Formats: sequence, structure tokens, C-alpha cells
Amino acid sequence: MQSYSLTHLKELESESIFVLREVASQFENPVMLFSGGKDSIVMFHLARKAFWPAKVPFPLLHVDTGHNFPETIEFRDKLVAETGVQLIVGSVQDSIDKGLVVEEKGYNASRNALQTATLLESLEQGKFDAAMGGGRRDEEKARAKERFFSHRDEFGQWDPKNQRPELWNIFNGRKLMGEHFRVFPISNWTEMDIWQYILHEKIEIPSIYFSHTRKVFERDGSLLAECDYIQRRDNEIVEEQVVRFRTIGDMTCTGAVLSNADTLEKIIEEVSASRVTERGARSDDKRSEAAMEDRKKQGYF
Amino acid sequence: MSPPRAHNYMDMDLLRFTTAGSVDDGKSTLIGRMLYDSKSIFQDQMEAIEKASARIGGEEEVNLALLTDGLRAEREQGITIDVAYRYFATPKRKFIIADTPGHIQYTRNMVTGASTANLAIILVDARHGLVEQTCRHSFIASLLKIPHIVFCINKMDLVDYSEERFEEIREELEAFCSKLEVNDIRFIPISALKGDNVVNKSTKMDWYQGSTLMYTLENIHISGDHNHVDCRFPVQYVVRPQTNEFHDFRGYAGRIAGGVFKKGDEVTLLPTGFTTKIASINTFNGELDEAFAPMSVTICLEEDYDLSRGDMIVRTNNQPEISQDIEMMLCWMGESPLRPNGKYAIKHTSKDARCIVKDIRYKVDINTLHRLEDDKNIQMNDIARVAVRTTTPLFFDRYSRNRITGSVILIDEATNRTVGAGMII
Repeated sequence: MQSYSLTHLKELESESIFVLREVASQFENPVMLFSGGKDSIVMFHLARKAFWPAKVPFPLLHVDTGHNFPETIEFRDKLVAETGVQLIVGSVQDSIDKGLVVEEKGYNASRNALQTATLLESLEQGKFDAAMGGGRRDEEKARAKERFFSHRDEFGQWDPKNQRPELWNIFNGRKLMGEHFRVFPISNWTEMDIWQYILHEKIEIPSIYFSHTRKVFERDGSLLAECDYIQRRDNEIVEEQVVRFRTIGDMTCTGAVLSNADTLEKIIEEVSASRVTERGARSDDKRSEAAMEDRKKQGYF
Repeated sequence: MSPPRAHNYMDMDLLRFTTAGSVDDGKSTLIGRMLYDSKSIFQDQMEAIEKASARIGGEEEVNLALLTDGLRAEREQGITIDVAYRYFATPKRKFIIADTPGHIQYTRNMVTGASTANLAIILVDARHGLVEQTCRHSFIASLLKIPHIVFCINKMDLVDYSEERFEEIREELEAFCSKLEVNDIRFIPISALKGDNVVNKSTKMDWYQGSTLMYTLENIHISGDHNHVDCRFPVQYVVRPQTNEFHDFRGYAGRIAGGVFKKGDEVTLLPTGFTTKIASINTFNGELDEAFAPMSVTICLEEDYDLSRGDMIVRTNNQPEISQDIEMMLCWMGESPLRPNGKYAIKHTSKDARCIVKDIRYKVDINTLHRLEDDKNIQMNDIARVAVRTTTPLFFDRYSRNRITGSVILIDEATNRTVGAGMII
């Protein structure tokens, strides 16, 4: 008899497609959060598979801090043009201009925390009842406790000690008026799975993931890109280095790694030999032991 | 052991397992050991828990439990509250661990973690042998029909690596498990702390001829864990592109819950009972000749009948039970007790209905397995046999036959919280 078994990537793909179809079925007005990073690119690719040959039945929402790498925005706009998906942009600059949030000051100023207000405002404006995110449980220990279907109250808050149990593949998306859900279709993927899948499916990703020459300076053990958004100290010297980025976030808090990996195969070799997690270069996570949990409770991605 | 490299990563499969154990039996140490020895703990994670160990307890050794206890409250209280998912891979397999707290008040979390697992690791302290918690963990694993159970007799270093002690515990466990329905049970003597028989074979227990835990996890046969006999396709979503290119395309999207579907197969549609044939099995990457559980596909039929979410496509000569009266083992998860004659929302595959609790047959004492026929007070973390009647017929199989078409959840209609997990008998 033939053996009916799937590779782990096929099984993960099937699970994610199932979750995406549940979202389209259980919610009236879902939206997919899109950062331009590899995880949201893979999530969007899975959504195209889930509903093919129909178009993806929900829009993308990009929370734009104004501090993006230009390459990310370029990639986003190309993807939107090629696939015809609807894109909504929520602007952190607008939130600042409206006085909704106040910009951080000083050397380590970042708009990372301000995104939460813009995100919640965008969800409210669009009357979205479910927001899909590319969060993975292997990324961070607070995320390891996250459900596929994560309930948020009318303030967008997450209550980690009081989550709904999630059994088998039966997802409970019932909610009261004003509440919404965050859904994480790629919860069970690891960084390695994402890279292998990108290679296997020949998915395009922004150029800054590959090795390139860039002007950087060192701060607290991270290599930050030289740009207008970061105030440099006198002793922080800009040098040209051959680097790449393992994650894509704001220019102000996403560190580069020294790397010659200029193909997907080389990136995979590098990831498999790496002894530091990809978020190790993210200063937003280093603010405290529970930095991610605290931000998530308030409604962060 | 080294992490997987690019070239051999593409043909790995996936094993989901759950770990059950009680306070102080070394569960976190074991998980930490597996992650550490498979090089899945990264340097910055290690540094973070080293810092936290020093801060919280002033401990000298690094507390690997801090790696799995992700929430602030868990770290402060030194307990695991919720299911945490952990990931690691070896060159052979990718693993997903559902790490669940073992205390009785967290039975519902254990059930949650067990619901998707292929395998359960149950830890037993070699000094104490079979205790009440071991019985409970074994019962839940058998109730949830986890196909493989591995008893790890831990802390062998504290009983001088004694073969006699190991055999004694093994006999106790075998006697107890004969009361349960489990097909595949294994016993491994280990020391999670010292690393004996976890990843590397112990040099202190020459008398043990079996495999290490890691070898067992890497090699256990799991492709038979899905039902490939009874064809079940719950319709999840109807795909209608309404574009020029796919003007007449009408596809039924879903994840195969059982069996192997082939192009040209005669199928029956439930609940209407109409019979037709499979015209095509579609994916983004092209048409398939056949598809099996747990694949997500889109099926087109030769004739289009009225078919929508909550309906089911099955093979004509092998159909599920169809009934409004359902008997089940129910694990109660709600904060207020189960209401006799109460009405709840019920979810089964892609179908939503309501149900009324007709009868509470008995409650199970989950430590002794005794049936308490006079105790109808079902509180959080209790397990009971109940009979419900649904507003509309469900198409189901026994849970022991199919974990997908045999499971339901109950939802409190006032709070929308998931309050019960049911396994159909």
C-alpha cells in the first residue's frame, strides 16, 4: 500500500490555509496586516493559495511608521500592483500630527510602540472584526502562548491569563459587538520553515534580506543603518560593511548582521548555523524581560 | 546532534507531541535538555534566562524552566499556567511540543495540548513510581486518543540507575494501562538532568537495550495516525471567482478529515444525499489526481448541487453516522458548572449548531477512573459522559475512529467562551 504522508512544510501549509479559510468564513470584515517582512509575505502567499482561483477576499493593512526601509515600501507597492490586492495604509505620522500619540525623544527614540495606537485606530476606522498577523510562536516567549484565534476586548487588549482553550482544529471566533480577533495563521512555523518555504515556492522578498554593502554604526551590540531617523552619538562611527537583515522592522530598531549570504541557499545555511534568534537584533524586544507581553496586552501585533 | 542543513530539510515530516508531568518531576528540565542538545536554544535566549535565573532565585544553575514559562505571572510564581508551544528540529523531523502544566486544576490545558498530539511523553519520578497524577495524565492521553504514549521514568540517577526499580515501575504502569485503550506504549529510563537516554545513550544503564527518547521521537511511525480509510470532506468555504477566466468555477474548499479522495470517485453530499462524481481536485499549484488527510484542497463536482459550509462530501459506500442525538465524553472547561438541560452552541468540523444537555450519565474520577453515577455536578476540569441533542443533525464518526469528525466544542452563548471539549462515543 502507498504511504500517505506529507512533508512538514506541506502539513504547515495545509494548516495555515485551513486557518485562513476559517477567517474568511467566520468573520464579516477581516483584514491582513502586512509589514513587508518575510513572514507577512509568506502569509499573503498562503492566502493566495487558500482562495485560488478567486482573489484574496480581504484587503492588506500596512501600519506605516514613516521609518521604513525604502526597499520595503518599493517591494510592497510592486506586490500590490502585481496581485491587484487592495492596500490600506495606516500612518503613524498622521497619529502624531493628530496628537493621538507623542513621539519619543532622544538617542533610542523609536516609533515602534506608537504603532499600536495607529493599528487600533485603523482597525476601528475600517470596522475590521479580525486582523491576521504573521506572528510566529517560536519568535518570542509571550508569543509561544498565543492562540491561532486570539480574542481582543473592545480596547484591543489581550488577556493572556484568560485565553479561550483551542482544541483540535475547531476555532471559536464568536465575539460581542466592538470586540475583535487577532488571527495568526503561521503560528506553528519557525524561522527555518519560512526560509525553506520561500526557497521551495520561489517567493520574492525585499532585497535587504540579502547581503549588500551599507553604511552602518554600532550601538549596544547592534549594527544600525545610517539614516535620517536616528540621532547618532559623537562616538558612533559610520562604516561601510557587508550586511543583511534577518528581520524587517523600522530602521530605528532593526539591526543588521554581517553576512555574505546573497542567495536563499546561503541564507538557510546561515540561519541553521546561527546561535542568536532573529529577534536578537531587535532593540524593541530588549527593553525588558516582558517587553513583548506588555506591548501585546495593549494591542500590539 | 546538529541542526538540519538545507539539503536534507525538504523531506522531513512533522511530529506533534505533548509533555505531561507534575511539579518537580523534571519536565522543564527535560524539554530544556532536548532543546539544548538539539541546538534549538539560542545564545540570546540563554543569556536572557541566565539573567532571569540570577534575578528571581539567585540560583546557581541556569533554570531551564524559565525558557518555557513565557508569561510574567508564570515566571514570578514559578508555575506554568498555560499551554506553551515549543519547536525544534533534527535532521529527521520537525517537532512541535505542546508543553502543558500537570496540576489537576489545569486538566483543561492538558486536554487542549493533547488534542492535536501524535504522541505523549508522561514523566514518572523513579523515586515515587506511579502516583495519582500519572494515572490522570495517562487517562487523558487515552481519552484524547493520542496514538503513542512514552513513559519516561525520570531521575534514574537518584535510584542508582537500578534496573529492578525500573522494572517495578514498568509493571505497575502496564497493569494500570491495561484498563485504558492505548495501542502503543513505551518505557524509557532517563535522567533529564544528567542527560541519560535523552539524546545520548546512557553509559550507566547497560541493562537497558531500548532506544533513547530522541531516537524514539525521530523514528516512531506516524503516517498511520491519520484516518486514510473513511472519506470525509467537510465543506469549509465555497470558492466562486466570478472572473472571465473562471466564469463557471464553483469549488468546495476544505481540509480532508479522513480517507483518500480521487478524481472520478462517486461521492454523496450530506445532508441532501445527492450522488455525483469528483470532477477535479484543485490547488494553487495545479490539479491533483488524489488527495488525503490532512491536505487542504478545493474540490469541483460534476454536477453542482446546493452545497455550502457545514455540509460534507463523503464516499457513497462509506458514510458517517447522521444524528441529532450524540453521546460524548466531555471535558468541562467553563468557570460555571455544566447546566443540566442547559443550551449551548456547538461546533463540529465546519458546522455550527445549538444543543441541549439531555443527560449527565456519570462523572469520571480522573485519578481512579471510577464512574460516579450519582455525581451530576460537573465543574471546571471535570470529565463526564453526557448525552446532548442538537438542533440539526451532525455527520460524525466515533472519536476513536476519527479525531476530526469525532470531536466537538461547546460554547457558552452568553460569554462566547469555549466551555467544553467533547469526544463522540
